[in-house]
Amino acid sequence: MELLSGGEMVVRALRDQGVKYIYGYPGGALLHVYDAIFRQDEVEHILVRHEQAATHMADAYARATGKAGVALVTSGPGATNAVTGIATAYMDSIPMVVITGQVPSHLIGEDAFQETDMIGISRPIVKHNFSVRHAEDIPEIIRKAFHIAETGRPGPVVIDIPKDMTNPTDRFPYVFPKHVKLRSYNPVTKGHSGQIKKAFDLLMSAKRPVIYAGGGVIMGEASEELTELAQALNYPVTNTLMGLGGYPGTDRQFVGMLGMHGSYEANMVMHHSDLILAIGARFDDRITNGVDKFCPTAKIIHIDVDPASISKTIRADVPIVGPAKAVLEEMLQLLKSSNKLPDAEAVKTWWAQIDEWRQRHGGRFRTDDSEKMKPQQVIEMLSKVTGGDAYICSDVGQHQMFAAQYYKFNKPNRWINSGGLGTMGFGLPAAMGVKMNFPDADVACVTGEGSIQMNIQELSTCSQYNIPVKIICLNNGSLGMVRQWQDMNYESRHSQSYMNSLPDFIKLAEAYGHVGIKVDKYSDLEAAMVKAFAMKDRLVFMDITVDPHEHVYPMQVPRGSMRDMWLSKTERT
Amino acid sequence: MRHIISVLLENEPGALSRVVGLFSQRNFNIESLTVAPTDDETLSRLTVTTVGDDRVVEQITKQLNKLIDVVKVVDLTEGEHIERELMMIKFKASGAFRAEVKRTADIFRGQIIDITPNTYTVQLVGSSAKLDAFIEALGTGSIMEVVRSGVSGIARGEKVLSL
Repeated sequence: MELLSGGEMVVRALRDQGVKYIYGYPGGALLHVYDAIFRQDEVEHILVRHEQAATHMADAYARATGKAGVALVTSGPGATNAVTGIATAYMDSIPMVVITGQVPSHLIGEDAFQETDMIGISRPIVKHNFSVRHAEDIPEIIRKAFHIAETGRPGPVVIDIPKDMTNPTDRFPYVFPKHVKLRSYNPVTKGHSGQIKKAFDLLMSAKRPVIYAGGGVIMGEASEELTELAQALNYPVTNTLMGLGGYPGTDRQFVGMLGMHGSYEANMVMHHSDLILAIGARFDDRITNGVDKFCPTAKIIHIDVDPASISKTIRADVPIVGPAKAVLEEMLQLLKSSNKLPDAEAVKTWWAQIDEWRQRHGGRFRTDDSEKMKPQQVIEMLSKVTGGDAYICSDVGQHQMFAAQYYKFNKPNRWINSGGLGTMGFGLPAAMGVKMNFPDADVACVTGEGSIQMNIQELSTCSQYNIPVKIICLNNGSLGMVRQWQDMNYESRHSQSYMNSLPDFIKLAEAYGHVGIKVDKYSDLEAAMVKAFAMKDRLVFMDITVDPHEHVYPMQVPRGSMRDMWLSKTERT
Repeated sequence: MRHIISVLLENEPGALSRVVGLFSQRNFNIESLTVAPTDDETLSRLTVTTVGDDRVVEQITKQLNKLIDVVKVVDLTEGEHIERELMMIKFKASGAFRAEVKRTADIFRGQIIDITPNTYTVQLVGSSAKLDAFIEALGTGSIMEVVRSGVSGIARGEKVLSL
């Protein structure tokens, strides 16, 4: 049997796990591992400029592929810099394995140089974490980490490795386990058939049904089953921010995103429904608005692989613990084998009502007379230029909501954004992580002049590894979402929500060796965007000046019901 | 309502901190907590008493079950069970009060486990309510120190919490 050092085992085990890229940043505690990386060429290491970016790259890879991404960071500040990225993945249930260096075992607890208790710090934001105590355990721990990260409700796993565990002179027989067994971890693989039958009967008798599907449909690879079921039933479908693309965005049955900035019709459909089929969604506060006023006439079927997500905020009438795909498959079987059919007459009446809502307020922004470009127009153009088929990696703020509302996602895994944690700075590294793994696809980072500056140093990484993403920066010269809330709730006192001294983004992009394009007029937008996407091998930074006064609408009225919305600056439901 | 939740936990470093951390992170309340190894050296048994409505307790058990180090969880208060807590209580005791402490300890089936000319230390085992009642019976005026172990519990009858 081959003898390997702990450092070599880290790299070998990652290879045997099928890892192609590690995103990371070296440091003292990891030098043995980095030496092992140097002495092989099967796993490629991508050197970021800040550890947060490494975690977002790994995270976005996972969002696009469903497989766990890998980040490698050193002890102390390396590990703490990764914390935001780990929390981002945790909140959105994204599989990721983060390996952190640690000071040598004999120094742990002595406030050694670059020591931090990463097991303690990461505990509330990981699915699990491991501390390596015996070097020979490394392959098994890595195997377990991937297993835990990728199965059940996915999530990030941290492996903390003290430096002495990777010592090149201590060598051990290397075995990569094919299977792992954890007696205390057995995620469900199918739903309870009795519950599914009960849910099916409820579904068949619904008069005003709605399917509310979240990120669990994307991560659970249940998009096809969802689409088939929804279309067989002819029921309206709404997606959460995390679920966009789980159901085709251009389909007639799609009523748009729901929640705080959801479409008028999606929120109206939810509020007036008599049955909600929730799939891989968790009824969080950005969806429900005031929980006491939530959908007063609806019965709720809740499918989720995580039992703790069921009845956490809203009590489910029919809880089904199981992976979305297996449960939906079983429902489809029931639909085929039973002689029950949905109440077509009632559903027809329901659609007439939905169509009326659609016409009353189709969720359109208004272009006014001013010369100023609307941010929504930019997203619509992006959708047009990329044929609705690009990977859209978003930062956080107004631009994120506009992208969610106006880009029509027809496929899952194409919309990559920090939904739960709302991490500014996510967009660019996310786009990089996707682009590296899908070099032929169009990958855009939709951002603002605020968010982009939170990880702008990664333009350098893009030069080093030639990662030609397109940056669509909606520049309104202010922290738009903060400003919107200040407009609405603080009599427009714009406290700290504007930035002066913005850099010249064009020159900045050029300084890193990229292409910059500035667009001020809508009439120039299409040509500029076509040109940007035609430059397949260049990173293009599009600095697009948009109307700073635009707000994101609809916007739910705080603590109201789902249907209580501002539709514009002057109209309310 | 008060619940006694028993947890079988991998006897691993850091496992306890995951449980305790979960309670503070999710704003769950802990009234008492005990933990010790079991006859199976790979397992610890942890007992936590908490107060919450059904929804909160349901979340507590679900969230506990999600922890990878947690092997089994049971809410003992859902069925017939026995709970015990141990208390050691030191009194300033002189004159007539010495006899009263002795008498009350006898009534509560406590034992005097240490004596000095001016103090008595009583050991008492029972439900938390019984221990509370003992303290109340003797008044708080002369108590010098109270040490309570926290609640341990076990199901009545044939039911067991094991692998």
